[in-house]
Amino acid sequence: MLNDLFTSETVREAWEIFISEFPMALWETFYVTVVSTLLAIIIGMPLGVLLVAGEKNGVLPLPAWLMQTLGVIINLLRSVPFLILMILVFPISRLIVGTTVGTVALIVPLTIAAFPFVARLVESSLRELNPNIIEAAQSMGASPMQIIVKVMIPECVPSLISNATIAVTTILGYSAMSGIIGGGGLGSIAINYGYYRYKTLIMILAVILLILLVQLFQTLGTKLTVKCDKRLKK
Amino acid sequence: MIEIKNLTKTFKGADGSFEALKNVSLTINDGDIYGIIGMSGAGKSTLVRCINMLERPTEGKVLIDGVDMGALSEKELRSVRRNVTMIFQGFNLLMQRTCLGNIMFPLELAGVKRAEAKKRALELLDTVGLPDKAEAYPAQLSGGQQQRIAIARALATDPKVLLCDEATSALDPKTTHSILELIRDINRKLGITVIIITHQMSVVEEICNHVAILDNGTVVEEGDVATVFSTPKSKAAKRLVFPDGNDGLVYTPKEDEHILRVVFHGSEAASAPLITQMALDISITPNILSASTRTIGGKVFGNMLLGIPGGEESLRLAVDYLERVDDVITEEVTSDVK
Repeated sequence: MLNDLFTSETVREAWEIFISEFPMALWETFYVTVVSTLLAIIIGMPLGVLLVAGEKNGVLPLPAWLMQTLGVIINLLRSVPFLILMILVFPISRLIVGTTVGTVALIVPLTIAAFPFVARLVESSLRELNPNIIEAAQSMGASPMQIIVKVMIPECVPSLISNATIAVTTILGYSAMSGIIGGGGLGSIAINYGYYRYKTLIMILAVILLILLVQLFQTLGTKLTVKCDKRLKK
Repeated sequence: MIEIKNLTKTFKGADGSFEALKNVSLTINDGDIYGIIGMSGAGKSTLVRCINMLERPTEGKVLIDGVDMGALSEKELRSVRRNVTMIFQGFNLLMQRTCLGNIMFPLELAGVKRAEAKKRALELLDTVGLPDKAEAYPAQLSGGQQQRIAIARALATDPKVLLCDEATSALDPKTTHSILELIRDINRKLGITVIIITHQMSVVEEICNHVAILDNGTVVEEGDVATVFSTPKSKAAKRLVFPDGNDGLVYTPKEDEHILRVVFHGSEAASAPLITQMALDISITPNILSASTRTIGGKVFGNMLLGIPGGEESLRLAVDYLERVDDVITEEVTSDVK
């Protein structure tokens, strides 16, 4: 198989496709990942805050049934494999973006799959906060909202950024599955050429680009985390 | 004035309930530096948290200047808490904010304008002796400096009462001393009532004028620091004043020998050559096992452990001889000599 990989024909073909299709695919993957992550954060962040603040001993205790329902919904959505979820949310995609195929349609299942994940990540970030700091804020007369907005979230920024990086790379991985439902991006190139048409070299190229994207996001995320953390200042 | 009346706090756990405080009553006057001392688990932290209602008491009342804290709504309570601020063992500064930002924080919560809050915070940095640390982050400071910032933060809203929850327990002795000095200064200059929760005798000795000893959720002794510490009555008080039995003394009494603790109050009694005089007057020659003097609440106290030879009879004679002097108290030590 390796002998077949680098024949002059496959290399030439791969290069042609690399020039003609890859720039657009790269952009699509990037765009879908970033937009889906942002939407997932917009929905998931408040839920993650509620998961911590709404507890019995939290700063804003919510009724137990509400907390349980929230927990169950999040766990349910997290248990459905992304491949199945993509198909299950077809009706919702059609409702929101008017279609079930293509790059934009992919944003819907990605967001639905990612926001419960983001909620759990936010939850774990906020739980790292020393509870004594919250008590100190209470002793100064902070209201529950002030504690959330001025203490919990700002104090957890480094951890939140670090977890956002995990979210981005995971969503990038999900987006690569989109080829199956006719979404765009590097993932569909890898599947369409590599799997359906046995053009392994093209698949490898697509995977390499995906790896580079993950590296890029991870490096940026780590840098930003360290830069934001005032505990690391010397 | 802070009045704590019949305060009881019960925690309900999975395996039954636990009474952290049992019927505690205390009165703390304006301008006091009031120490609440006890071993860990005595209920000190719960008690201090009941004063600003971070913990709601199960029974009983806390009145601050006549206002029943328990009857206030959450919103009213939040504004009262600006008058009764707190510092902690772990400092509990916001690690992602500068020192200036930390001191401005309570003012921000109270809705004070930014420029005004900044001006006040800079003044307070001066008060606590760290004028150059405005833009530093807490992680860049030593423990003592962090506590100073925490004190500045606690003073930002011009409180009437400062609660100190083991505020010096994480600090070395020298830093402890400087923080206590700062607290005393604040008490004197600003007239803020200070309540100090601690397990360290030295802290109470150094700055408190009143003390309550808490043991197992109840106040076992209470009063003027000098009185309580020179003549501790309860077992818990003795354990605190004479830790490790007798300041760590290891001694096996000889046959016919009794161990006597002699406490001298005030510099006059401490300076008289009483023991030598006793040897001359009644021919009892005690063996001095340990002797120390310390200053508590501005008064000098002597504490001496004597081995009195000659059995019960000479012990009785020695006690009679010593106790006839004013300001001298004796007590036979039996169990706590190892």
